[in-house]
Amino acid sequence: MTALKVILYIVLLAFTVAAPFLFPDFRTQLATLWLMIVVSLTWDMTGGQMGYNSLGNIFFYGTGMYVAAVISIGLVYDVAEYTSAAGGGMNDFTPVQYFTGVGLGMLGAGIFCALCALILGYILFGLRGPYFAIGTLGVAIAAGELVSNWEWVGGGQGITLPVYPADLDEGKLFFYFLFAGTGVILFIFLRWLYGTRFGAAINAIRDDEEKAEAMGIHTMRYKLVTWSMAGFFVGIVGAISAFQLISFEPLESAYQTINLGIFMVVCVLLGGKGTLWGPVIGAIVFHVFKEVTWNYLLGWQWVALGALIVVTVVYFQDGIMGWLAHRKPEWFGVRVEKNDATEGADR
Amino acid sequence: MSTVIEVRNVSKSYGGVIANKDVSMDVHSGGITGLIGPNGSGKTTLFNSIVGYHPIDSGSIKFENREISKLNVPEIARLGLLRTFQQTRIYGEMNGVENMLISLPHRKMKLMESFGNNSAEDYERADHLLEFVGLYEKRFLRSGSLSFGQQKLLEFAMALMNEPTCLLLDEPTAGINPTLINGLIDRLKRANSEFGITLFIIEHNMRVIMNMADHIYCLAHGELLAEGAPDQIQNDQRVIDAYLGAH
Ligand SMILES: Nc1ncnc2c1ncn2[C@@H]1O[C@H](COP(=O)(O)OP(=O)(O)OP(=O)(O)O)[C@@H](O)[C@H]1O
Ligand SMILES: [Mg+2]
Repeated sequence: MTALKVILYIVLLAFTVAAPFLFPDFRTQLATLWLMIVVSLTWDMTGGQMGYNSLGNIFFYGTGMYVAAVISIGLVYDVAEYTSAAGGGMNDFTPVQYFTGVGLGMLGAGIFCALCALILGYILFGLRGPYFAIGTLGVAIAAGELVSNWEWVGGGQGITLPVYPADLDEGKLFFYFLFAGTGVILFIFLRWLYGTRFGAAINAIRDDEEKAEAMGIHTMRYKLVTWSMAGFFVGIVGAISAFQLISFEPLESAYQTINLGIFMVVCVLLGGKGTLWGPVIGAIVFHVFKEVTWNYLLGWQWVALGALIVVTVVYFQDGIMGWLAHRKPEWFGVRVEKNDATEGADR
Repeated sequence: MSTVIEVRNVSKSYGGVIANKDVSMDVHSGGITGLIGPNGSGKTTLFNSIVGYHPIDSGSIKFENREISKLNVPEIARLGLLRTFQQTRIYGEMNGVENMLISLPHRKMKLMESFGNNSAEDYERADHLLEFVGLYEKRFLRSGSLSFGQQKLLEFAMALMNEPTCLLLDEPTAGINPTLINGLIDRLKRANSEFGITLFIIEHNMRVIMNMADHIYCLAHGELLAEGAPDQIQNDQRVIDAYLGAH
């Protein structure tokens, strides 16, 4: 890493910490921005880096919400009684109970979703191309339907969790830092992962899976582990969302296939597939675009969003990073002429 | 000489097309074995059967005395039995060095080791083998931008990087400039003699295969037509007829 890069990263980190204080009115939007960054980065792990386009990663988000809710409620109450009372009278949590619930809920959601990815991946990774995309989408839709018929977790009404046990503005800060912290950790983790042999192996699977198999790469193992890591992080942000939203229901907020489930794909395409920064930049541009149109183009916001998607897919397939890489290849370590530098490519 | 690959009575058909019928052959350890036959005679099909690309209809295939006909492609590759493709396959988005590094043997690699980085020796070996096939100067180019012949050489280097016991090459000289073929023959022979890799080669170019192989099998219409030393095969009337008849 060059000194310039180190400074850049420090500035970005400082901005991440300062942002909710600089823009106190936008704390919830900033928190949502980090949620978008996390789901985009994790989507790109399989979609961009490994060549498996999932339309069902939202499954981990919804499942993370429910797992976290069940854990945090189950620590204090009987889950069935709590959900059938629908919050009525049974909503007393001490701060200690609340924060223990949040911590264990996040952890449990991450682990549970990672395990789900291993099991689902074992079944779904036999599918290639559009079949994998549709198969994963099917899982997410089916999960939403199943959960909305499962009274133990509140059925179609969903679950109402306790509110943040202190000042609500402080609560907004708390959730911002949970999302941002997860995002920063994920970013650092991926920056490291993509530079290892593991990263090279999943890129090989993307470029030519048959060749990778013929060379003896444990393709199934890498695919399962990659999706499971993605599931882990999506499960965690699902858990955070559950506590932030307080009240959520299965189809519109947990397993929201057509909103967040598609937005994450759009963010990655917009920013640039298969790059570390693409999903981050895509998420920022998308989120700003969405907030602006939702505020100023009310009634037309979905049309504007649809137009953005069409323009991206038709004219801008490589995304912002792909466009930059095309214009400024030297920024991306592409060496065109003979050169005997021995350092590895640092992308 | 011991047998590395033992093919016994293998049959394989695609729907109605019988691509291999009751084929038996042995590949001897440390040698160079040739496989010839007219277009569509079932050579690639036999390679695909050996490396586990598709299930065979009947028969048995052993690698180092171990039955492998039920194993899948990566499992067989990790045993040290590797193949190159007739339609060359490399990772087009990566440069030459990256292609080499990803070809390191995953035979012994545990999951945890995959989270490490490549060692200085790995880089050195990659450079050395790229030099061996004459691609050192081009090693930082996106490999998809290399010519077809250069991609074939890269694929060969990648196979060597994987340290196989036995390498199956499907028409290694197809598409290579005739003036470079002698150099390639030389490299194949050196891979055999210096690195000790047993070679099993499909080849249409008679001059090439007669020059390299110590034992040759000839397929026609999916069946074994003849086998023997190069000069025997060269003068076998059935082989001559099969080739003339096919064109
Ligand atoms: N995937 C497939 N599906 C159906 N038929 C196939 C398939 N692959 C090969 N065949 C048929 O099997 C027969 C043998 O094909 P194969 O590719 O093994 O021949 P080959 O000896 O390698 O020929 P060439 O010298 O042209 O490479 C041919 O008749 C071919 O049409
Ligand atoms: Mg062939």
